[in-house]
Amino acid sequence: MATTESEILAVTGNEAVAEAMGQIDPDVVCAYPITPATEIVQIYAQMVADGKVGTEFVTVESEHSAMSAVIGASAGGARTMTATSSQGFALMWEVLYVAASYRLPIVMTTVNRALSGPINIHCDHSDTMGGRDTGWIQLYGENHQEAYDNCIQAVRIAEHMDIRTPTMQMYDGYVISGAIGPLQMLTKEQVQKFIGPYHAINPMLDTKHPVTVGPFDGLHGWFFEHKVSQNRAMERALTVIQDVADEYAELSGRQYGLLDPYRLDDAEVAIVVVGSTAGTTRMVVDKLRAQGVKAGMVRVRAFRPFPHAAYAKALEHVKVVGVMDRADSFGAQGGPVFLEVRAALYDSDPRPQILPIIYGLGGRDIFPDNIEQAFAVLQKAAQSTKPTSTERRYLNLRKD
Amino acid sequence: MTVEKKAVAKKPAPLQKPRAAKVAAKKKPTWDIGDIDTWGPDRHELGATIIEAGNSVFNETGGWRSEVPLIDSEKCDGCMLCYFYCPDASIIIENNKAVGIDLEHCKGCGICAKECPTDAIVMKTDEKE
Repeated sequence: MATTESEILAVTGNEAVAEAMGQIDPDVVCAYPITPATEIVQIYAQMVADGKVGTEFVTVESEHSAMSAVIGASAGGARTMTATSSQGFALMWEVLYVAASYRLPIVMTTVNRALSGPINIHCDHSDTMGGRDTGWIQLYGENHQEAYDNCIQAVRIAEHMDIRTPTMQMYDGYVISGAIGPLQMLTKEQVQKFIGPYHAINPMLDTKHPVTVGPFDGLHGWFFEHKVSQNRAMERALTVIQDVADEYAELSGRQYGLLDPYRLDDAEVAIVVVGSTAGTTRMVVDKLRAQGVKAGMVRVRAFRPFPHAAYAKALEHVKVVGVMDRADSFGAQGGPVFLEVRAALYDSDPRPQILPIIYGLGGRDIFPDNIEQAFAVLQKAAQSTKPTSTERRYLNLRKD
Repeated sequence: MTVEKKAVAKKPAPLQKPRAAKVAAKKKPTWDIGDIDTWGPDRHELGATIIEAGNSVFNETGGWRSEVPLIDSEKCDGCMLCYFYCPDASIIIENNKAVGIDLEHCKGCGICAKECPTDAIVMKTDEKE
């Protein structure tokens, strides 16, 4: 049952997330500004200054400090959030692993932006795709509404007692972060009721029960067991993410899943894509369907944990799958999403052909024509009797 | 190559029961980790948090020591510097004098010997059985 009858607002993606954070009203936010995530932190700082939230806002001197400070606050027993992008995310790197291994339910918004160099401030997914093994849950959103919705759901997911794992939610820099799009908000009361009060586990500020957080695990300690524990939590997170999405759907009327299939049931060719390009791809799918092409699409929502069984089920009847990566893994067989999807379908019989496609690096435009070109490659492969080369295809790349 | 100074301390005073051992005898651990060596991934506290303060009194942590402090209590003037500097609270004080070392927790760092103003503490190679 949708309980919202709120008006539709025109906001930037960053405004949408700042509003979500304001409604979540976490205990502590530690952040450092970086394009294109700055606006989130800027708006939030204004909310703090205006007394609209009760958050302790800690201005820090770098993203390494931002993540370290939220780790400290979270270990202390606070509900914590932060936001970053690109180089800032990269600077957090070593402490991201610490947050995840301490099982601190921190929620971070990362606005996707390319990593230098050459220096570039535009959208691609190389920042967070590089952080996919830090042990954080990763949710990739498509648009303004989902940026807002994922931010709220991330709190419930990260804090879920079955998993207690920090969660980062992403959306495309500029395309979503800075461009205006539609947003329907819940009320603060609805959000507060949905996320519930914060329950800390072994908080350091409970002085009656002193604890040691982050001890050295010894030369023959339990590091290995703790890593396995993190991975078991990731497996359980698949259920948690879906449960939280279902509960959120009852509240908002907007249903999300681990992945987001489109016209896939009878598809012969399909594209897997992350982020805002899904909107363009849907349009191209509709156009091709009108021409009689059995085209479909899957948008990636949860990338960590990666719901491999769901991908196998969704795609195993498709003849050729093109996986569009907005980040590359140099020297690997394809981009990060390609590698996951291809591995997920290895045990399927019959097994679709799966081809790597790279696009949009450093904010290179992606036009409907480019996606049609990608579908043309998939259709040709589907009609061919010989296996098609699995070399990378690049969309909108200048030729030598 | 430097020749290791021979420890010339007299036979140290007989070791008193270390403070840690006394504490351990008095209280029992509330967090039972006696069989932690056999624990799989699901039994540990999240993030390896140690949920019982001061539980090192129940555990021998000095096993990686390669040097051991030797105390000549007659030289000790009771300044307590060794006691305050010791990172493992392993100096045993009796009647205002350093009289021994809690060898279950001393890691042989040598800070006590370094800080001792009267050279009452020297470090000696720990010869283990």
